[in-house]
Amino acid sequence: MWSWTRASVWRSVRRARLAVAGGIVLSVVVLMGATAPVLAPQDPAEQSILERLKPPGFRDSLGRRHYLGTDQLGRDILSRLMYGARVSLVVGITAVCIGGTLGLALGLVSGYYGGWVDDVIMRLADIQLAFPSILLYIAVLAVLGPGLFKVIAILGVTGWVTYGRVARGQVLSVREQEYVQAGRAIGARETRIILRHVLPNIFSAIIVVGSFAVASNIIAEASLSFLGLGVPPSVPAWGSMLAEARDYVRDAWWPVTFPGLAIMLTVLSINALGDWLRDYLDPRLSLQD
Amino acid sequence: MWRYIARRLLQTFIVLWGVSFIAFGVMFLAGDPATAMVGEDWTREQIAEFRHVMGFDQPWYVQYGRFLSRAVRGDFGVSLRQRQPNLTLIFERMPATLQLAACAMLLSIVIAIPAGVISATRRHSWLDHGASLAAMLGQSMPAFWLGIMLILIFGVGLRWTPVAGRGGLAHLILPAITLAAYPIARNARMMRSSILEVLGQAYVTTARAKGLREFLVITRHAMRNALIPVVTLIGLEFGALLGGAVITESIFAWPGVGRLTIQAIYGRDIPLVQAAVIVLAGIFVVINLLVDLFYVVLDPRIRLA
Repeated sequence: MWSWTRASVWRSVRRARLAVAGGIVLSVVVLMGATAPVLAPQDPAEQSILERLKPPGFRDSLGRRHYLGTDQLGRDILSRLMYGARVSLVVGITAVCIGGTLGLALGLVSGYYGGWVDDVIMRLADIQLAFPSILLYIAVLAVLGPGLFKVIAILGVTGWVTYGRVARGQVLSVREQEYVQAGRAIGARETRIILRHVLPNIFSAIIVVGSFAVASNIIAEASLSFLGLGVPPSVPAWGSMLAEARDYVRDAWWPVTFPGLAIMLTVLSINALGDWLRDYLDPRLSLQD
Repeated sequence: MWRYIARRLLQTFIVLWGVSFIAFGVMFLAGDPATAMVGEDWTREQIAEFRHVMGFDQPWYVQYGRFLSRAVRGDFGVSLRQRQPNLTLIFERMPATLQLAACAMLLSIVIAIPAGVISATRRHSWLDHGASLAAMLGQSMPAFWLGIMLILIFGVGLRWTPVAGRGGLAHLILPAITLAAYPIARNARMMRSSILEVLGQAYVTTARAKGLREFLVITRHAMRNALIPVVTLIGLEFGALLGGAVITESIFAWPGVGRLTIQAIYGRDIPLVQAAVIVLAGIFVVINLLVDLFYVVLDPRIRLA
């Protein structure tokens, strides 16, 4: 049972505070990404060989200020970070939409019909979970080569397992409820039962899982870009900014510090929002904590 | 119990087969496997000959049959660039990877379990809050960035540790911390909630009621039971550590299987990538099996069911 003990009240207040902080940080990141073409102080691709690795606050020969310094090619780090936010957010969110749709469909079918369909789908899930996911991404992208859409596709398609399992589990518990049986008793078609009665009741669990998946997709994309397998080098992305700057770690701390901070703050705030969402939408899931 | 073990073994074989099928099938994603492997300056004749030597001119099921029957006999093909059997190359690098993963696992146990117990027993103290904040950070920080930051602070700034390569214990410290950060955070959270759950049980109240010191209540009664889910998690994590090693090894130039894999990708050495992925995933699957079988021994509820 869900009861309001002193600890749980205290926890939900703390979670709410963290969620508000997370929401603010995330809004800033979204805003930065959305307004990058207008508000970015410089062209993210503009190089300046004479003004490489200049520290934060540096003013260049044209009198422009580089608030976060310049990188190994003299490009403005703040501008690149703003453009990089677009990649992270787009990959994180679209991949979750793809994976969520796929997983939801397979999980619903698997849980609702059971039998051999269920067996096949769940064995597929087992096989995929047998791969440490980063290895699977590497294997695929090693053949396909880097590319924004390829990264989204691979993260999206392989992401189905989590939603699939959660959806299946939820369907199994919902399937025997009175309102589903009532629907069946009055002769509703199976697809109608699934879409009108089962789906709305498992949606909150899927939203919670999805919010955490946005965060893990952002980390995965950054890791792949770091390895040179994510977005192509011409696109500014947080992971590839780190990869390119790491050879200069002896000369300058700022090109390797800011992109990582951006990733961490974004992921942290999404996770904080996810924790709060879990408490808010589905208290049953957080009782263990 | 035997039925459970038999089912679990069968499942493992199916999964291993699936792993081989995916690793094989990935080659065809680009349409023609040959084009993904050859250099851009190859002539049409050279590509045609390469295709014939590799067997790419056969139907895919013939290729897969050959691939599988070789793999079963322990033949994972020859590296395109290094002209050596892939398996030899992989097993040469394996000790380095295992050493790193084992160290990271050890670190995660030594730090996470006490941290989780202290957090749970001093709930809502500043120690607990500090630990959960650290755990949240640990779970949100990408491993490659943590690695670079450690290099920046301890290697470049303070000059306490070497920044790359494999050597003595000093070389091991930074990569092991980098690889262990995520499991430490996860295990500590798990241990905390597991202890909290156990502390509410009747036998803990009994132990307290008979006047046992709190230290003994925790170590003798609570921890023993609270450890079961954590031990499972740690067992399952070892395989994931092998996968995570790909990134850590490439940051610290650690000469293991992960770095070999990344180099193979850059050299378009797809057969070597394939073999490495199969071997790492294979180890992961076998470890999962062993953890499950070990569980049968530990937990009478499974043994008797």
